[in-house]
Amino acid sequence: MATLRVAKPHDGEGDGEVQVVEGAAMSPWGPDAALAVVGKSHPRLEGPEKVTGRALYAYDVRLPRQLVARVLRSPYPHARVVRVDTSAAAALPGVHAVLSAEDAPEIPWYEDSRLFDRTVRFVGDEVAAVAAESVEVAEDALRLVRVEYEPLPFAATLEDVLRPDAPKLRPDGNLAGEPKTYRRGDPETALRAADVVVEGRYSTASALHNAMEPHGCTAAWEGEHLTLWDSTQSVFTVRQEVAEKLGLPEHRVRVIKQHMGGGFGAKQIAWKHDVIAALLSRRAGRPVQLMLDREAENLAAGNRNPTRQHVRLGARRDGTLTAIQARIEQATGAYQVGGEASNVSGMYQTLYRCPNVATEQVVLYTNTGPAVAFRAPGHVEAAFALEQAMDELARVLGLDPLELRRRNYAAEDQTEGKPYSLPEGLSLCYDRAAEAFGWDPAGSPAADGPKRRGVGFAAHDWAGGSGHPPGYAWVKLNADGTAEVVTGTQDIGTGARTGLAQVAAEELGLPLDRVALHLGDTATGPYSPVSSGSATQASIGPAVRAAAADAVAQLLAAASATMEVAADRLSVRGGRILVDGDLSRAVDVADVTQEIAPHMIRGQGERGPNPEDRAIRTFGAQCVEVEVDTETGEVTLLRVTTAHDCGRIVNPTLVDSQIIGGITQGIGFALTEERVVDGRLGLVLNPNLEEYKVPTVADVPPIEHAHVGVPDTVANPTGAKGIGEPPLIPTAPAIANAVFDAVGVRLRDAPLSRSRLLAALAAQGTDGEVRA
Amino acid sequence: METTISPPRPVPLQPVVLHVNGSDHPLLLEPRRTLLDALRDDLGLTGTKKVCDMGNCGACTVLVDGRAMYSCLLLAVDCAERRVTTIEGLGGPALDPIQEAFVAADAYQCGFCTPGQIMSLRALLDAHPDPSDAQIARAVTGNLCRCGAYRNILRAGRLAAEIEADRRAQQGGQDGNAPGR
Ligand code: FES
Ligand code: FES
Repeated sequence: MATLRVAKPHDGEGDGEVQVVEGAAMSPWGPDAALAVVGKSHPRLEGPEKVTGRALYAYDVRLPRQLVARVLRSPYPHARVVRVDTSAAAALPGVHAVLSAEDAPEIPWYEDSRLFDRTVRFVGDEVAAVAAESVEVAEDALRLVRVEYEPLPFAATLEDVLRPDAPKLRPDGNLAGEPKTYRRGDPETALRAADVVVEGRYSTASALHNAMEPHGCTAAWEGEHLTLWDSTQSVFTVRQEVAEKLGLPEHRVRVIKQHMGGGFGAKQIAWKHDVIAALLSRRAGRPVQLMLDREAENLAAGNRNPTRQHVRLGARRDGTLTAIQARIEQATGAYQVGGEASNVSGMYQTLYRCPNVATEQVVLYTNTGPAVAFRAPGHVEAAFALEQAMDELARVLGLDPLELRRRNYAAEDQTEGKPYSLPEGLSLCYDRAAEAFGWDPAGSPAADGPKRRGVGFAAHDWAGGSGHPPGYAWVKLNADGTAEVVTGTQDIGTGARTGLAQVAAEELGLPLDRVALHLGDTATGPYSPVSSGSATQASIGPAVRAAAADAVAQLLAAASATMEVAADRLSVRGGRILVDGDLSRAVDVADVTQEIAPHMIRGQGERGPNPEDRAIRTFGAQCVEVEVDTETGEVTLLRVTTAHDCGRIVNPTLVDSQIIGGITQGIGFALTEERVVDGRLGLVLNPNLEEYKVPTVADVPPIEHAHVGVPDTVANPTGAKGIGEPPLIPTAPAIANAVFDAVGVRLRDAPLSRSRLLAALAAQGTDGEVRA
Repeated sequence: METTISPPRPVPLQPVVLHVNGSDHPLLLEPRRTLLDALRDDLGLTGTKKVCDMGNCGACTVLVDGRAMYSCLLLAVDCAERRVTTIEGLGGPALDPIQEAFVAADAYQCGFCTPGQIMSLRALLDAHPDPSDAQIARAVTGNLCRCGAYRNILRAGRLAAEIEADRRAQQGGQDGNAPGR
């Protein structure tokens, strides 16, 4: 039953904060709960739509009289827009609306800038937009827009912006906010007193999300009501932001997302395309579709922030960590756009037990497209450095890298002094990964010939996966005994639609084929949070379960009357209502729903708060084996084994898919993916899928998922946590550690390109002396 | 920087009949319109996806006279005399074996690359009903999947070949595929 109590406690010092208390207590499904639907593999419910091409993506919306929009983008990394003349473009037959800084409403956007700003701050920044009958006409029109620019000094790379003579990109300088510092204990003294110190300077490249479906939307007005079909991870965020930007009340904006071609973090805010499409549509009086082309997608719609990390670890001879120090520089691009933060310093503070830790995280502006969350933002970058430093420390001490990690086990969040919700989670990952892989750091074959093999290990924690309360769900029982679940969440390709339906079916006691799940529409579903931070199943699963439980309670009360049996003797299983658990005296759910129809049972559920006294984390450990060709510098992955604490596994097939997908992206981050920026020109040289190298089918080895699957009953009543982001986090350092194991060179710059590997091998000596 | 570009001269639309999924579609098109845009925008066949629009990703793969081709690299007016099959042309009341295999093997996540992957495998199985693992992998090397479903796509390719072999066996050795795709 839905509960929502609002209190405004006064503590004598003026007005208190409004507090909302909701979420009826539900007993969690424990490790031994006998579950019929949850925990079983089931094909995605939307599978037939996806394999037949019928699944409707934002890009596929086709409305009568729909126009196509295109955006003119700055060719300069930094310039003043002196004048924009769109008259010739507007006069082109087939063009129906044009927008630029000359005539667009002054809508505030990123920080202190405007939707069409008079200053452009990266190559790809929006300058003008047109809506036309066809994509060809729209592109012709863009070529007719005349823009007078006044180029300004720029700094497009982290290196350039850190130079003492770097131009000032913002009135207040080049720092995006104050440096974030964290400190516990006294790391400087501890480093001086340490038996062993390892130190390294690492860097990670900017990676480009390259979701197959670009950012974009279709906008249509009916009178004063705007509907946006957007490729987004958060329909409610987009609705709120678009309503605010356009000065519309929220009930006049509807945001729909049924299927989306990937997001990976980059689609969790309203981007300019949403408002540009809405404005063009209003001007033209026709629906407008504005999807980014691949180049714009790679210039202007987000990237993983490049980093430089200076790391020092101090330890005693037995491996006990005594100090961790990290100084991090990262580039946020031209603007800070919001969404999930890239907390590069987090993992240094929490992954290992250590009394003396200091981190400093400096974020800088550059004249490149804005950075935005990318699957486990910050932790992917940090793991690359920290987990290599740990490997190096293990080798210096002559310890098994896994044993070193076990000796520094953290069972609590040391930044807050709170125990983890499943304190043994990481340890279980260590055990399962090592056992399934056959981890043996001394087991690499002796070196001979140009190809060398090696194994590598890395671990991670991740603050995501705990869910973002609140969030809501409704359940309707139809007359025929089927159920419909309605939430405002989204399935961004993870399989959340199926996982959530399984939770509903379990609690309702219905077979899965009698449950439909509706999501991704602000007009039909209750509020749900953004699908980021590996949060959807953990955010909405408990709300769905609560709504289903509410419906079941009403169903059994109704059945009690129709069957003339006390409600507490009734239960639902397999679509039937049982008396005292006895199948022979059961009636079908439909018998009861039919009898009361057209009256309808409606359940409501909410996602209660996370526990206050525990820290919820997801953990993982990965082992990889590589082969390095010392003549070509090619690194070939032979196999990957991974184990993750994601709580209860709701659908093993879907979790396995998240795992192989995350690791595949990790392979790209490790070996090939790099946005290349020419600092002299301020140009991104590879904003396409030709020269920006995402992994192909040929790059991915067998991946083994060693299931942990222990329900985290403290985290929430379903016991499930997130798994979307974690598998990618340890992949790159595990590969780098395996490369070291194979050829004895430490590559501290990601990606581990062939040229870097060959240069390192050459520096080491042509005979490739192998240190084991 | 000032660049002056004069308005493009209007190019006459060209009549063309596209043969898609067994039906004829008379269209009037700009000569520069790609087959991909003609399918998606003129025929409403949005199952074929646009991702890079420059021949780098394979999401737009369709069969042209039975061969897997990137529809973003073909001009629609050049396809007049050719038979085009899109994802919407596979299967009937029942799913095509490859479609069935993709569902069973969870060979996708977001599903955006899926139609292209399936069409590439369709071309393979039409030409080689009993493919090797290497042939399956090679058939989809030109199809990127950013969700990283590759391991399951390979499984689906293998499974599809098996399903098709079973169907052929059940039909007494008759070829179970629509001939002459
Ligand atoms: S859209 Fe044709 S190959 Fe990418
Ligand atoms: S399933 Fe998403 S790109 Fe392949």
